[in-house]
Amino acid sequence: MSEKVLMKGNEALAEAAIMAGCHHYFGYPITPQTEVAAYMAKRMPKIDGGVFLQAESEIAAINMVIGVAATGKRVMTSSSSPGISLKSEGLSYLAGCDLPALVVNVQRGGPGLGGIQPSQSDYFQATRGAGHGDFHTLVLAPNSVQEMVDMVFKGFDLAEKYRIPAMILSDGTMGQMMEPVSLDMGEIKEYDKSWALTGTKGERKPNIVNSLFLEASELEKFNFERFERYKQIEENEAMYEEYRMEDAEICVVAFGVASRVSQNAIDEARKQGIKVGMIRPITLWPFPKKVLNAAADKVKAFISVELSMGQMIEDIELAIRCKKPVELCNRVGGMIPSTAEVLEKIKEVNGGVK
Amino acid sequence: MVSNNLTSKRITVFAGHYGSGKTNIAVNYAIYLNDLGNKTVIADLDIVNPYFRTKDSEKILKDKGIKLISSEYANTNVDVPALPAETYSVFADKDCKGVLDVGGDDRGALALGRYVPLILEENDYEMLFVINKHRFMTGTPEGTIEIMKEIEDACGLKFTGIVNNSNIGEETTVETVVSSMEYAKNVSQLSGLPIKMTTVWDAIYDKAKEEIEENLFPLKMYVKQSWLKERDE
Repeated sequence: MSEKVLMKGNEALAEAAIMAGCHHYFGYPITPQTEVAAYMAKRMPKIDGGVFLQAESEIAAINMVIGVAATGKRVMTSSSSPGISLKSEGLSYLAGCDLPALVVNVQRGGPGLGGIQPSQSDYFQATRGAGHGDFHTLVLAPNSVQEMVDMVFKGFDLAEKYRIPAMILSDGTMGQMMEPVSLDMGEIKEYDKSWALTGTKGERKPNIVNSLFLEASELEKFNFERFERYKQIEENEAMYEEYRMEDAEICVVAFGVASRVSQNAIDEARKQGIKVGMIRPITLWPFPKKVLNAAADKVKAFISVELSMGQMIEDIELAIRCKKPVELCNRVGGMIPSTAEVLEKIKEVNGGVK
Repeated sequence: MVSNNLTSKRITVFAGHYGSGKTNIAVNYAIYLNDLGNKTVIADLDIVNPYFRTKDSEKILKDKGIKLISSEYANTNVDVPALPAETYSVFADKDCKGVLDVGGDDRGALALGRYVPLILEENDYEMLFVINKHRFMTGTPEGTIEIMKEIEDACGLKFTGIVNNSNIGEETTVETVVSSMEYAKNVSQLSGLPIKMTTVWDAIYDKAKEEIEENLFPLKMYVKQSWLKERDE
């Protein structure tokens, strides 16, 4: 184990990407993710072959990402909510071309220009593919700076394994919090990249990376094939963490910064004798449906704690087939629920379903 | 605690690498100066980071009677790199002790530049370089010196001393601080600047005192975030 260092979430994202072999970064400044780009600007010139480029816009940056991804090299871009909207067309092209890449969203409050304080209100945008057409983006939602590092590695790995774009869904608070991390990541797996555009040297037929199909039947075939892969991802790659769920009668569901507040509230509720636990989705797509559905047979109710008007709550209801009530506990616009607010909701639900 | 030599200065500037701990040290130091009976003013000069500002400590500073000068926009959605005109009062009011909390790196230090002529004219200041061995970019003495020079070039003011704030967040132990002293001494040697302060969380201050005798300064965490793990103490 290498010695730990103290890092901000945004810095950890950038450094972990470099360590994961991503030597190409294209970005554009927007609060609260600017440190990712600033860090890359400082570090990339010191890396052999490293490229940092501040594009003229978010749209240009994501299209540069498509270019590098087509060569089979690891590549990343990052932005915050409004910037991700601009990148969503590019995300669709990445998916349509079956290209791996890592996109980071350090979320801020919306809609519109919104604010610069933390939010989780891009949940729908992230988990529903963000752009046009039938596709998914693999969405990872770390809740600590260490997990930020781990998820960058995981994101690149799964993106290459399944040839799909992956997204880290962070937020303003996660990006700014400072925690000790180990950057010791182990080996980088190598996947077949015989599809990549690396030059034929006159020795093979050219590869084509493209999302345009002239025949409807051909486009349909690619869609079906892609969704076969999505099925495998849903089957094998859902990640979650259970917290004090052994005898829980109430199940809190929360990700990212909301799960950290919830954990403190759960500890406090337990002290007061309330049997409450948490299932924390680490992947938001694929959503950990199975574990939630199994929990629905044991608990009395669920509470979805979100920094949005209630987006993940719909996935919880779908996952548990509406077998049990799901209550919402939320703050929006850049506000974070306090431990006391989550605790109050737990008490309310505990009283209500006795 | 710190020497009289340090607290007798009228202006104390804290600058350093992004995330090196400047704001928390500046707030703690302002409270320390105030508790010694000084009329104290703290000014937030950070125009880089819209999160985690001196303003987070507004309540404790107010309770202590310390004047806080901070952008009206700090902690709001207005991401404007503006400083209040009131900042000049720190230099005009010679009866007060002024603590300046400068933004991170050369980019943050740029804003200090406009006040440097006033600081040099009065010539009664300390400009302290806050360092942390456990930050990735300042992990080596050489990397630390590089950032130091970038800051000095950006603001046009030379550092006069070092604050060793080496820590690893919640996992910091006495050993973390003790083992950072060699790094701090190397930075001191390379830069020719004395170590004027070594910081340590107040919870482990007494233990650390047994190992580090000189200029050990205890830090309190005045702002508690809801997403931080609750500690059983």
